[in-house]
Amino acid sequence: MNPTWTRFNITSIVLGFAFLYLPIVLLVVFSFNASKLVTVWGGFSTKWYASLFQNQGLMDAAWVTIRVALVSASVATVLGTLAALVLTRYTRFRGRVLFTGMVFAPLVMPEVITGLSLLLLFVAVGLDRGFLTVTLAHITFSMCFVAVVVQSRLLSFDRSLEEAAMDLGAPPVKTFFQITLPVIAPAVISGWMLAFTLSLDDLVIASFASGPGATTLPMKIYSQVRLGVTPEINAACTILIAIVAIGVLAASVVNKQREVQRRRDEQAAQRG
Amino acid sequence: MTNAAASVSASIPADEEKSAGARLLSGIASRLVILVPYCWLLFFFLVPFVIVFKISLSQTAISMPPYTPALDFGAGFAGLTDALKELSFDNYVWLTEDPLYFNAYISSVVIAGISTFLTLLVGYPIAYGMARAPASLRPTLLMLVILPFWTSFLIRVYAWIGILKPEGLLNQFLMGVGVISEPLIILNTYTAIFIGIVYSYLPFMVLPLYSTLEKMDNSLIEAANDLGCTPISAFWKITFPLSLPGVIAGCLLVFIPAVGEFVIPDLLGGSQTLMIGRTLWNEFFNNRDWPVASAVATILLLVLVIPIVLFQHAQAKAQEQDR
Repeated sequence: MNPTWTRFNITSIVLGFAFLYLPIVLLVVFSFNASKLVTVWGGFSTKWYASLFQNQGLMDAAWVTIRVALVSASVATVLGTLAALVLTRYTRFRGRVLFTGMVFAPLVMPEVITGLSLLLLFVAVGLDRGFLTVTLAHITFSMCFVAVVVQSRLLSFDRSLEEAAMDLGAPPVKTFFQITLPVIAPAVISGWMLAFTLSLDDLVIASFASGPGATTLPMKIYSQVRLGVTPEINAACTILIAIVAIGVLAASVVNKQREVQRRRDEQAAQRG
Repeated sequence: MTNAAASVSASIPADEEKSAGARLLSGIASRLVILVPYCWLLFFFLVPFVIVFKISLSQTAISMPPYTPALDFGAGFAGLTDALKELSFDNYVWLTEDPLYFNAYISSVVIAGISTFLTLLVGYPIAYGMARAPASLRPTLLMLVILPFWTSFLIRVYAWIGILKPEGLLNQFLMGVGVISEPLIILNTYTAIFIGIVYSYLPFMVLPLYSTLEKMDNSLIEAANDLGCTPISAFWKITFPLSLPGVIAGCLLVFIPAVGEFVIPDLLGGSQTLMIGRTLWNEFFNNRDWPVASAVATILLLVLVIPIVLFQHAQAKAQEQDR
C-alpha cells in the first residue's frame, strides 16, 4: 500500500465520484417513478418506457440518430486514423503546422462556431440540409477525437516492428495492414466508439447542420426539455445511458480478455 | 558458378525495377495518407471560417439564404468584384454600438474563468487522490472518471434541472434535514451555470492533471519531508509546480469551450443570464440574422485565438516529450 494514500485522498475521491454519479443515478431512479412529477416519488412503474416506445416522433429521431452515428463514426475512424498516422509518421512536410492546428483546434472549438461555420459552408455550396449534412459535420469534428486517441497509441508503438517488416521487403501498405493496424486496433476501436457516442450526443452542431426530416434524438429531447422536465425524457435518457454503459463495459471486457490472451501467448513463447 | 553469377546479375536490375515501381506506388500511397485528411479538414474546417468572415461582412436580407450579396460563383471574376464592393463592416459597428454584445463577451469570459478555477479546485484533489491510489486500483478509477464523459452532455445538464429546481431534490433534501426553511433559488442563476460547467467539464480537468501527477517522482516529496518540509509547503514547492503542465492543459480544455457554451446557460441559466454562445444561437435561430451571427462568431474566435494557440503549443510539447 502506498503510504501517501491518506484519508484526505480517499475522501476527495469518494466525494468527487459522488458528485459525478449522483445526478445520473437520480435521473435513472426517477425514470421509474409512477408520479408525473419528476421530483416526487410516487411508487415504481415502467409506464414511461411503454409510452416512450409509442412516441413515434421520438422513435423516428432515434433511428435518424443511430444511422448518422454509425456512418459518421465509421468514416471518422478511417480519416482520424490516417490523420494520426500523418501526425506521428510524417514529421516533415509542407503545411504540417497548419495540419496539426486543424486536428487539435476542433477539440476545443466552441460548438456554436463549428456549427455555424459548417452550416454556412453547406449553404454556400448549395447542399440541402438533412441527413448528409449532419453526417458530414459529425465526421469532421469526431475525426479529430479519433486522431488524438489513435495518435497516443502510435506514439508508444515499437517502430522496430514496422522497420523489420519493411527490411524484409514488405511494402508500406502491406506493413500497415499486417503489422501496424493489428497493434493499434484497440485504439482504433475505442476511437470508433468515441466518435459514435459524440455523434449520438451532439445537439448544437446537429441543430445548425440539420434540416427538415433529419431531426436527431438530442434535438428532440432538447425541444421537449425546454417545455419542462418529464419522466418520459428521463426514460429516454436512461435508455441512452444504458446503451453507452453496456458498450463501454463490453469493450473493456473484450480488452481485458485480449490482454490476458496476449500475456498467455507471451508466456507460451518464452517457454517454447 | 557462372550460372549463379549470371542469375545474380540478372536479378539485380529486376529487383531494382520492382522496388522502383513499389517506391512509386508507396509514394502515391503515402501522399494519399497525407492528402485525404488534409483536404477534408481544409474543406470542412478552414474554408467554413473564411465563409463565416465573408458573411459577417454581408447585409441581412429577406431571402434564402438570408443575406446579400450571395457570392455567385457562376458570375466569375465580375461577380466576385461586385460582391466585394457590397461588403461592409456595418455588422461590427453594430456589435460595438449595442452594449448587449460587449456585455455578453465579458460575462462569458468571466463566467468561463470562474468556472475553470472552480473546476481546478474540485478536480485537483480528485486527480491527486487517484494518482496516490494503489496502482491496482488506478485503472478502475480512471475508467470511472471517463465513463460520465461517454454519457450525453445534454442528459447530464438536464439531470441538474430536477436537482436544482425550487421544488427540486436539493431543496427537498436541505429542507427535510432542516438546514433551510425556504427553498434556495439556484436554477436560472449564474450559480447554476457554475455548477453545470464544473460538473460537465470535470473529466477534462481531472485527466490531464492525473497524467502529470501520476508520472511524478515520489522520492522528491520524501526528500522534502526528510529535510523538514511540512506536507503543505512540500505540496506548494514541489507537487504543484511539477503538475503545472497538467494544470495548464486542464484549464484550457475547460476554459475555451466554456466561453462559447450554449447548452448549460440555456438550460440552467434561464433568460436573465448572459453568455455569448446563447446570443449567437438567438441571432441565428430566433432573429434569423445570419450576418450578425457570423460577426459574433468571428469576434468570439478572435477572443479565443490566444488560448487556442496556447493549447496547441501545450499539445505539441506534450507530444515531443512522449516521443
